[in-house]
Amino acid sequence: MFACIFVPNFPVAAVFRAEPELRARAVAIFEGKPPLEKVFAVNQGAARMGITPGMTKAQAELCSGLTLRPRSLLQESAAHAALLDCAQSFSPCVEDAAVDTALVDLEGMESLLGTLPEIARGIFRVAADLGLDVNVAVASNPDASVLAARGLSGVTVVSPGKEGESLGSLPVEVLFAERWENKESAGKRKEDEQKESARLLATLERWGIHNLRALAALPEVALSERLGQEGLRLQQLARGAASRTLVPVEAPAVFEEAIELEYPIVLLEPLAFLLNRLLEQICARLASRALNTQELRLTLELQNLTGADPQLDIFGIPSESDEGQSRRSSLAVGHSQSLPAFGAFANDRRPTTNDASQHFVSGRQNKFCRTLRLPLPMLDSKLFLKLLQLDLNAHPPGAPITKIHLAAEPARPRSAQGGLFLPPSPEPEKLELTLARIAALVGEARVGSLELLDTHRAEGFRMRQFVAAAPEASRQKSSTEERSAVAALRLFRPPLRINVTLENGEPIALVCSKKKEVQGSVLWKAGPWRGSGDWWEREAWARDEWDIALQTVDTVVLYRLVHDLLGGAWFVEGTYD
Amino acid sequence: MSSAVVSTSAAQGRPFVFDTEDVGEVCPQPSGAELFAEARPPQRVVSANFPRIFKDARLAGVTPASRLAVCPAPEMVSSGIAEMDALTGGLPRGCLTEICGPASSGRTTLLLAALAAATRRGEFCAVVDASDALDPQSVAAAGVELDRLLWVRCGEESHHAEHRLEQLLRVADLLLESGGFGLIALDLADLPTQTARRIPLTTWFRFRRAVEHTPTVLLAVERQSIAGSCSSLLIKLGLRKLSASENRVSELQEDSQIAPTHAQLLTGLEITAELVRSRLERKPVRSAEITFTSKTAWAG
Repeated sequence: MFACIFVPNFPVAAVFRAEPELRARAVAIFEGKPPLEKVFAVNQGAARMGITPGMTKAQAELCSGLTLRPRSLLQESAAHAALLDCAQSFSPCVEDAAVDTALVDLEGMESLLGTLPEIARGIFRVAADLGLDVNVAVASNPDASVLAARGLSGVTVVSPGKEGESLGSLPVEVLFAERWENKESAGKRKEDEQKESARLLATLERWGIHNLRALAALPEVALSERLGQEGLRLQQLARGAASRTLVPVEAPAVFEEAIELEYPIVLLEPLAFLLNRLLEQICARLASRALNTQELRLTLELQNLTGADPQLDIFGIPSESDEGQSRRSSLAVGHSQSLPAFGAFANDRRPTTNDASQHFVSGRQNKFCRTLRLPLPMLDSKLFLKLLQLDLNAHPPGAPITKIHLAAEPARPRSAQGGLFLPPSPEPEKLELTLARIAALVGEARVGSLELLDTHRAEGFRMRQFVAAAPEASRQKSSTEERSAVAALRLFRPPLRINVTLENGEPIALVCSKKKEVQGSVLWKAGPWRGSGDWWEREAWARDEWDIALQTVDTVVLYRLVHDLLGGAWFVEGTYD
Repeated sequence: MSSAVVSTSAAQGRPFVFDTEDVGEVCPQPSGAELFAEARPPQRVVSANFPRIFKDARLAGVTPASRLAVCPAPEMVSSGIAEMDALTGGLPRGCLTEICGPASSGRTTLLLAALAAATRRGEFCAVVDASDALDPQSVAAAGVELDRLLWVRCGEESHHAEHRLEQLLRVADLLLESGGFGLIALDLADLPTQTARRIPLTTWFRFRRAVEHTPTVLLAVERQSIAGSCSSLLIKLGLRKLSASENRVSELQEDSQIAPTHAQLLTGLEITAELVRSRLERKPVRSAEITFTSKTAWAG
């Protein structure tokens, strides 16, 4: 048995999937280059108002209460991908019959998923969860199921052997389905097909053949003499007797959602609302294929700043008082946290953090890209939204947004063996959100775990992303021995510059202007211990280290002094504590 | 016998349970709730001495000893230093421990030893560094597993101590809320005391409540005790002497160099630790002091 999932009025359905609030309104989709834009598809509400495909956009705009939307191939692509995801969640054998039609082979699925009506209703529910309003039909051959899905709304199950009876009342137009392809790519082929279909339809109309029952009842020989093999093929379809094998396709694992905005948005709140919708759709599609994600890519198309309205400020926002701007969490007003400045002995940035904003001009477009890399595969739309919000707060795009594109890299769900006696560890989802919040407070490069570099240079380490990986049992067993306490050093960052009194080249007293408590006479000293390196690099270093005991006001403190041999200055690097 | 019942009886002037006055036989022994909730006369079954308090309605609100909630002692984990474990029994989970002392008193040494012990147990640890003073080389030398340590570096060069403190408190709140860490350390050692004292006691109380009933050890490293009664353990450290090569420099004074400076090598510190306060035992704590030695990484 085969199931057909058909999306009626596909371009309109793709728009409704992105903007569900438009379902109750009259909507018309237009395409083409201005000023020759024409209406491409309409919903029932717009049809009742007299809007028809082929009408110019200017004519359609005269109707009040009509919502116009440009045709978005990206939205249609996402809707088509969602359709295939829905189909693949029920069977691995899926044929991509058309952009609005998917065929599913249900062989052997009844023992897993239930009876055929239950499977059909399940498909309907999953498609609804993915934002698609579909017709589902189950029949004994693929073509019969396609005709039933196109002609009958809702869920239909055609009993084997009764295809002709079930399809008989359908109009002959259902045999000539409209193909929602891009006119530019289809080209002349679509025009020829449309002409041939129109010719056949006109012939059948002239003969008084209005439904499939009448077509099925025609004599085969006479039909073939007048309409040729195409006529016979149509008759077989009308009888529900055509048989063919499914051509299964492996649906590409592309999980992208996009939305084009009617007007640019500048605030974080409406952007978060739209991001939430896109994230929910992506997560639903991933869940239908039992996948998680480990990387999210957000691309925002920004309003072209060169043609900015003089009444607006540089970011395209209506001029208003500074007070109003500071109150709003505006994307375009400078709320970004500047990246920490790195000194001469800077730590390298973590290799797997979000990429820096990429502003590039492509023609008249500005694009702003952010990539969110997760330590583990996850599937929580609320968590993703929170992380994106924190990231955008720290790195605002700087201009109004006209289009949002979100893509997720699929990954297998993580599997972890739990245990009663394992030590406590943070939950990955909670930890990721906590780390993002901490990074928003202290800076991205100032939170993470340590990685020592292979160098003798001071501050020879870098920060990397902290991942709470599952503990390894073998590592736990080998590291139970206790070690003796190691005297630790507390560093001053940056090192404190001091004035040193020398005697025979050895420090005997020091004064620090920046920190009053670091001053006094040296009671004991050890050194110098010389170190140098990177003499072949531009940033060569050479220094002498001293360990000293300094008598302060009320106590004795052990310090490490550093004498920079290249610059000549003396510093207090840290305290032994 | 429960001290609650005994003390209540004593306070009210009524006879104790152990009074020899015979009030009859009772069987089966009624529950504490029945005894005190309903003032009904006892039933004669088995010989036992029970006072006339059965009939006293004034004890209706008293919770019997058998119904008192037993607060289990917190689990103690190793601090990484055997002498410290002998002094305090270890570090308590679900409690706030303060480590205080002046500079060069061994606070960071003890902190790193605790971190090393925790990471060896397979736990994840976090250090909220108010002054960005942690030395990665010392951390590695102490045996801390670096990939299990989360380091949060508060403030930057130009930020004032108050800003660093604010960041530390907010980060601590986030980490305690997140949970799952075996040890969370708040390093306030380099903050001026007057700045650290600005942390209100309500904040410490909130931290203590957040970590209660969790397996997290909350450690605060500071110059002086600032958490008051919110901390369950207060340890005070001090430098006793430093070890240099084979010479022990016991009295640091001028001209105490015995050998040339290039022949001297700092090999360790002798630290004194005093258990100032412990709320983990019922008996009042006697001030106990121990000494432990820390070696420098190059001492071997």
